[in-house]
Amino acid sequence: MAIPPLSEQELIQQYGPHLNYEPPGGWLAEHEPDRLVKTHCCFCGVQCGIQLKVHNDKVVGFEPWEDFPVNQGKLCPKGVKRYLQNNHPDRLLHPLIRTDSGFREADWEAALSLVVENIQRIQEQYGKDAFAVLSGASVTNEKAYLMGKFARVALQTANIDYNGRLCMVSAGAANKMAFGIDRAANPWSDIPLTQLVLVTGSNVGECFPILTDYLWRARDNGAKFIAIDPRMTPVARTADLFLPVRPGRDSALMNGILHVLIEHDWIDHDFINAHTKGFESVQAAVAEYTPQRTAEISGVPAASIVRAAEMWAEAEKSMLLHARGIEHHTKGVENVLSCINLVLATGRIGKPGCGYGTITGQGNGQGGREHGQRCNQLPGGRDIENPQHRAEIARTWKIDESDLPHSGLTAVELMDAVDTGQIKGLLSLSFNPLVSLPDTKRTRSALEKLEFYAAIDPFMSETARYADVVLAGSLQEEDEGTVTNGEGRVVRIRQAVPPPGNARVDWEIIVDIAHRLDKELLFPYAEPEDLFRELCRASAGGPVDYAGLTYAKIEQCNGVFWPCPSREHPGTPRLFEDGGFAHPDGKAQFHPVTYRPPDEDVDAAYPIIMTSGRVVSQYLSGTQTRRIGPLVDQYPGPQIELHPRLAEQYDIQSGDMVCVESRRSSVTLPALVVRTIRPDTIFIPYHWPGEQAANRVTNRALDPISKIPEFKICAVRLRKVEAGV
Amino acid sequence: MEFFIDPSRCIGCQACVHACAECESHRGVSMIHLDYVDRSSSPQTTPTVCMHCEDPTCARVCPADAIKQTAEGVVQSALQPRCIGCSNCVLACPFGVPRYLGEMDQMMKCDMCYDRTSADLKPMCATVCPSGALFFGTKEEIEQKRQEKPINRFTFGRQVVTTKVHLMVGDTASDEMEFDVASFCEGVGS
Repeated sequence: MAIPPLSEQELIQQYGPHLNYEPPGGWLAEHEPDRLVKTHCCFCGVQCGIQLKVHNDKVVGFEPWEDFPVNQGKLCPKGVKRYLQNNHPDRLLHPLIRTDSGFREADWEAALSLVVENIQRIQEQYGKDAFAVLSGASVTNEKAYLMGKFARVALQTANIDYNGRLCMVSAGAANKMAFGIDRAANPWSDIPLTQLVLVTGSNVGECFPILTDYLWRARDNGAKFIAIDPRMTPVARTADLFLPVRPGRDSALMNGILHVLIEHDWIDHDFINAHTKGFESVQAAVAEYTPQRTAEISGVPAASIVRAAEMWAEAEKSMLLHARGIEHHTKGVENVLSCINLVLATGRIGKPGCGYGTITGQGNGQGGREHGQRCNQLPGGRDIENPQHRAEIARTWKIDESDLPHSGLTAVELMDAVDTGQIKGLLSLSFNPLVSLPDTKRTRSALEKLEFYAAIDPFMSETARYADVVLAGSLQEEDEGTVTNGEGRVVRIRQAVPPPGNARVDWEIIVDIAHRLDKELLFPYAEPEDLFRELCRASAGGPVDYAGLTYAKIEQCNGVFWPCPSREHPGTPRLFEDGGFAHPDGKAQFHPVTYRPPDEDVDAAYPIIMTSGRVVSQYLSGTQTRRIGPLVDQYPGPQIELHPRLAEQYDIQSGDMVCVESRRSSVTLPALVVRTIRPDTIFIPYHWPGEQAANRVTNRALDPISKIPEFKICAVRLRKVEAGV
Repeated sequence: MEFFIDPSRCIGCQACVHACAECESHRGVSMIHLDYVDRSSSPQTTPTVCMHCEDPTCARVCPADAIKQTAEGVVQSALQPRCIGCSNCVLACPFGVPRYLGEMDQMMKCDMCYDRTSADLKPMCATVCPSGALFFGTKEEIEQKRQEKPINRFTFGRQVVTTKVHLMVGDTASDEMEFDVASFCEGVGS
């Protein structure tokens, strides 16, 4: 039983989160940097270039890196203050072993022996698959690759998945289905070249702040901007057309826009005929989505739907961008396909200023989903159930194909399998499911049942408190490697400082465990570039081809876009330029989408829609950003955004405490009454744990294809909590 | 190189405020601020950096003659030995820029990153601003890049103020700007 050995208060006292406000030694200390390290911010998929100031092997500040083309020195508040995560008082400096009265500091020998002993015990007793691995999409490509290989080769378990399952998988699955490849089709430098940007389900200004500048550069050149969102976000505020979609109705809205385009014959027949398959089925599927019917489903006025179609048709070039807003649904894949149908029907892809893409959320949301840490995937974006792909990777890994496990459970299913007792042991890296998974109660129940849990993390995350062994790992600036940003550009992460104390870089910990499991010869890595070389070799000829990449090439070119199949190849910033898609026949595939309701819709008992998302000053489950003082001060805790019309019904004013109840649990938080949200919807940001967790109430239902949870809509009721009650 | 502000582009992220506090000459203290105009009705925010008036009101009203201008026209923080903490400048500034910092017993304000601009670096806030709401470059550059026009002459009652910093003004601004999401939902059938 893995109940935390101390009370929450005691754990926080020892391991934080505490707030760090100042660089090492305080503001007045001598900070003349010994060196400036050109690397990238760790806090979203844009991967802004940044120079970290290093003094005496400590990160003491930053300097903008204006020559890096993606962000040209620009940074959001997370980037500006990211350096405060280094030299942090909460930083784990030693491995910790759980005792009856807390955690004790241990040496690596003792900690790793205990890990290996328990892996072997659990696997002998319950079978190989009873020990699972959960990894993260904030880690480097090298670590993502290593985690997949470690699970399949060292542990021989099928059960490895990652927290990108909560993030990009709906887009990834839909892109594979439609295009045969999972990558944003265009570099962001295409945005300023377009005439219309349609952004749906993406709070660009808060989640990818740097892309705001790309939007404005497009508009400076005369482009129009359509925003689709249940909330008036900071960028939606400036849109030429704003469509306030009711959460969970995205595919109906996209079908409705396409209906109008087809009705007026504003589609590209030549493109459809030459480069696609299946248009007729989509044409038939959208026939019933008249503006009026679409309005009734989506909550967007018919005139606005028609206007969106007109604006799309009036532009010769357009870009459609989306993010988690349409992807976090039990029909996330369908929502994405409905967007792709619009793009394909009008031939708006594969040209300068003309294209489509999901905006990846996590630091390595793109690369983290390419190299085999997904339960159904092998390196190079290969399919673990494809015999040829299995043979190729088994050869690279020097193992027998029959020893390579098959598909395992996805992240949420995996946690449920812990709860039902099918999985007994867990190793996690850079994943905080107690905060990030929906239905917190279920996640906690699962964690309490683990026979053995080892967590690799630089900080004691809320989930790591349940661990038997916490392995003090590394922060992004403490290791070398690569990351692939949201446009498919592979960039170099540089080690600015070594891990402090006895902490170790993550990949060394994993390799050490593999060696202790008698797999020394199969994990012969002395440095991250050894891992990268093997990753590139393993990806050769696969759907995600890194074969032509080297660290030197990436550095020289300020990042290289995959596919890059050979040393001479310059990389591929824009996909599908010749109209050739990645399916064997070279054609893109339409997929008809019929709108279906969310898993849990509103009813008389739970009459209000709840949706969740991010704020600009926090990142994911907050393991890092809830420890950075100035970022916490900016938005100290979650608030419930609701419209005055809804607030009036419950006599709620800003600052009042409001209890939000779903069928799973409730959360009580202060209200923020704003006209910038639909009157039928409330919004709560999800970065906080425990009593403040939005995920206490969210729905654990999954998309049938991508297995992403439905974070973006569940049914709730409200109750004002009277002061003093 | 000149400074241009376009609040209509501001996304309220506070990168400018945080970055300002990283400047070597006043580490840990931001000299600029950012506010919601009215959060209940809009996400509109506006960053406030010093406009660097040609004839600065703050300096005019300072009884201690503590506020000085550089040869380039940059209006500086109050000189600490002189500043008496009276806050005349705070009250008088037509743009709401200066702040009296009790801890330091001194008025401190944006000096357009004098230590950076004098070393041919851009001001910290305008370098990091992700939206282009704060921009540092030549007038030709911004006129070529943007449709909004820079202005630097403002009328406050009978006082006309000319500033070193420019405000970008579009011709599309109207009184009809609507941010209430409910009004965007109107006309939807049952």
